Amino acid sequence: MTAATVDRAASGARGDQPPVPDGAITITVKIMRFNPEVDSEPRWESFGVPALPTDRVLNLLHYIKWYLDGTLTFRRSCAHGICGSDAMQVNGVNRLACKVLVKDLMAGGGKHTTITVAPIKGLPVHKDLLVDMEPFMEAFRAVKPFLITYGNEPTRERVQSAADRERFDDTTKCILCACCTTSCPVFWNEGSYFGPAAIVNAHRFIFDSRDEGAQERLDILNDAEGVWRCRTTFNCTDACPRGIQVTKAIQEVKRALLFRR
Amino acid sequence: MALALDKPRSPRRPAARRGNFEMISWVFMRVSGLALVVLVLGHLLIMNILDGGVHRINFAFVAGRWSSPFWQVWDLLMLWLAEIHGGNGLRTVINDYARKDSTRFWLKIMLYVSMVLILFLGTYVIFTFDATIPTTH
Repeated sequence: MTAATVDRAASGARGDQPPVPDGAITITVKIMRFNPEVDSEPRWESFGVPALPTDRVLNLLHYIKWYLDGTLTFRRSCAHGICGSDAMQVNGVNRLACKVLVKDLMAGGGKHTTITVAPIKGLPVHKDLLVDMEPFMEAFRAVKPFLITYGNEPTRERVQSAADRERFDDTTKCILCACCTTSCPVFWNEGSYFGPAAIVNAHRFIFDSRDEGAQERLDILNDAEGVWRCRTTFNCTDACPRGIQVTKAIQEVKRALLFRR
Repeated sequence: MALALDKPRSPRRPAARRGNFEMISWVFMRVSGLALVVLVLGHLLIMNILDGGVHRINFAFVAGRWSSPFWQVWDLLMLWLAEIHGGNGLRTVINDYARKDSTRFWLKIMLYVSMVLILFLGTYVIFTFDATIPTTH
């Protein structure tokens, strides 16, 4: 084994490029890259990648990392839209790379296709597409996203009617990918706006009939940095890979605040 | 080391500011907006369209309107609601867009001073308007 192949293996590369499958076309993947040890500013880098229309954007990133440039850094885990690791800006909108198909991004009329990929906005970039999720998680923790009850534990399960469960069904779908929060212009701005995801997760407990911490959470979200900073631009609803009606959930929290007691 | 943001988010959540002010201002924007639709459209209709429109407006016309408490209250409401509605809207714009705390502070001071001046001047005129003022030319 030569020194060069050892280096490539250490950086995550998998060796020679695999044969190009039938029906593949070469598309350009333009990635916003940032290496903290070299760059002072992010820079764009383009790769030519053979892709099938049925490929996902994540496949293109894998191809680049495994065969073209092993230093490309991004998060992904399950690769099936469940874990929420690979949120990124694909062609300018926040999406999970594992849920966007190449065929939906193809340029029409036989023109050459270029797909741009950039890190989600408003969070500090560690490297390439890898961002620091801590500010996002901090806002999530601040709304107390766990069951709060008082008094004695029941001896049996906490029974809930189907209708009561339905009340917050939409917001149970959140996978904390940060697509919504990092699409929100108020979150980009600065300061400490909780962001859509934190409010969605507060909503999930505020409207849970088994939970007794609703007033506490409503107080938290009545903050100057709380739900009243929402400008209803619907970026969050548009970005959510789970199809959660995020803006609606925020408005429901506003309404609960208005008409409480 | 990470790519620093232009204005990084605070590493710690600031002390809670949990009065009902933001909620009240949010409700005010909706209520005053509805009222202003009626007040402003009515005002525009009277001033610009009905009965000769803008061409009949002169000192006597204004004096005639303001001799009625109804139009005094109408104009006073319109002045206060529009000024506070617009001012509060600009306050949120400043909150959203100002990047430095000092910029935000001074922009807001300018905004509040201009609001107070305009509200004072407008209210003063409506209440002290004297239709019998001698018109010397």
